[in-house]
Amino acid sequence: MAEPASLKVSVWRGGADGALARFEVPARENQTVLDVVTHIQRELDPSLAYRFACRVGMCGSCAMTVNGRARWTCRTHVRKVVGPDGALELRPLANLPVIRDLAADLTPFFEKWRRARGRFEPREAPDGAVPEDFAVVPPASRARREADAGIECIGCGVCYASCDVVAWNPDYLGPAALNRAWTLVNDVRDGARAERLDAVAGDAGCHSCHSTQSCTERCPKGLDPSSAIAGLKRTLFWDTLFGRR
Amino acid sequence: MSARGQTHLWVVQRVTAMLLAIAVTVHLVTIVIAVRGGLTAAEILARTRGSEGWLAFYCVFALAAGLHGAIGLRAIAAETLGLRGRGADLAWVAIGLLTAAFGIRAAIGLYA
Amino acid sequence: MDLRPRSHPTYLAFVVHRVSGLLLALFLPLHFWVLGTAITGEARLEGFLRWADNPLVKAAETVLVVLLAAHLAGGLRVLALEFLGWRSRQKDLVAASAGIALLAGLAFLLNVV
Repeated sequence: MAEPASLKVSVWRGGADGALARFEVPARENQTVLDVVTHIQRELDPSLAYRFACRVGMCGSCAMTVNGRARWTCRTHVRKVVGPDGALELRPLANLPVIRDLAADLTPFFEKWRRARGRFEPREAPDGAVPEDFAVVPPASRARREADAGIECIGCGVCYASCDVVAWNPDYLGPAALNRAWTLVNDVRDGARAERLDAVAGDAGCHSCHSTQSCTERCPKGLDPSSAIAGLKRTLFWDTLFGRR
Repeated sequence: MSARGQTHLWVVQRVTAMLLAIAVTVHLVTIVIAVRGGLTAAEILARTRGSEGWLAFYCVFALAAGLHGAIGLRAIAAETLGLRGRGADLAWVAIGLLTAAFGIRAAIGLYA
Repeated sequence: MDLRPRSHPTYLAFVVHRVSGLLLALFLPLHFWVLGTAITGEARLEGFLRWADNPLVKAAETVLVVLLAAHLAGGLRVLALEFLGWRSRQKDLVAASAGIALLAGLAFLLNVV
């Protein structure tokens, strides 16, 4: 297929009630979507607002909606997503307030991490003191393997923007916060298991998940928040059935 | 309804799902066998009349199906219509039990 | 709604599960009510069953059997994920669910006609 000489890029401009603006960007052999956005800001319209930092898939700050799908723009090659006519559509991450243009406000996202008690609370030293000795955590133990499976999350918000339940229920904690909670539930050094399970139960928590697995499908790190949420459900199921809560 | 109550509704949803997994399989097999050569009232009633086993099966089936359906509708109503809250939750449980009662009435009809 | 990011197998499984569940939940009270009323006597039940010989009713019944089997098989997939932690073969389970639903519909059709 012949490469189009230029990309026809539609870019979201303004806040929640903004609109798409059209830009023409030269197509290159090797080009990421972030390169395209940067070209627009540097060469065509310096007022374009967007967010990025590392450019190599470590920081998770450049996530946007590319042709309807949440992605890291720095790790997305244009040729993998562009339409045959060179069309590219860029919007800010969904399910979050828009600050301006391509920059979404992640405050609600991180607020929900807090509500899901996503912070490690050491069991040995609840007052912040340093424990006497190192905790022994066998790497091959079942709990540690569950925790390891979700620990690499960098909080980019792609799963949150891809989740329909977040869109339907604004109180829903979302895949990232629940995944984080599941890693801590499986951390033997953590002392807030009961409170954390309380925090993730019910309609605002894991019980609203319908296993569409969009989070797992979209996670750029290849994590599986859907299974983490299933783990929380399973734990809460047995705890509830046996009257442990 | 509290997060605790919501969790209990979810547990009921999954326990009934497990019961229904067995009951629906039995139901589907029964249907496919029963419709062979046409359904007749005599044929159905010969199977069910006076059979405590079928009565118990259909009563459990009706209760599980009624509750499972109502809790499922609750989620759909909350997510698509924004219908939430304690009043709505109690209404859904009532609808589930009422549906189940109709099913149990039918089951008793098949038995007696 | 943008359908582009909603085309993976497990999403389609969710849509089928939701639509089949909604239709079955709406059908259930009707089913119980009609059956409970028809069962008051053998003659009355027989009358109802003869009305149900209508090809349109048979077609509707086939649809219901497919919906029920689809909801059952799709539900087993969800239970496998939630209670057994089966995470790797989810897409195969979706395909198997679709197969079970179609088989149930065929079995019904072949026996009813």
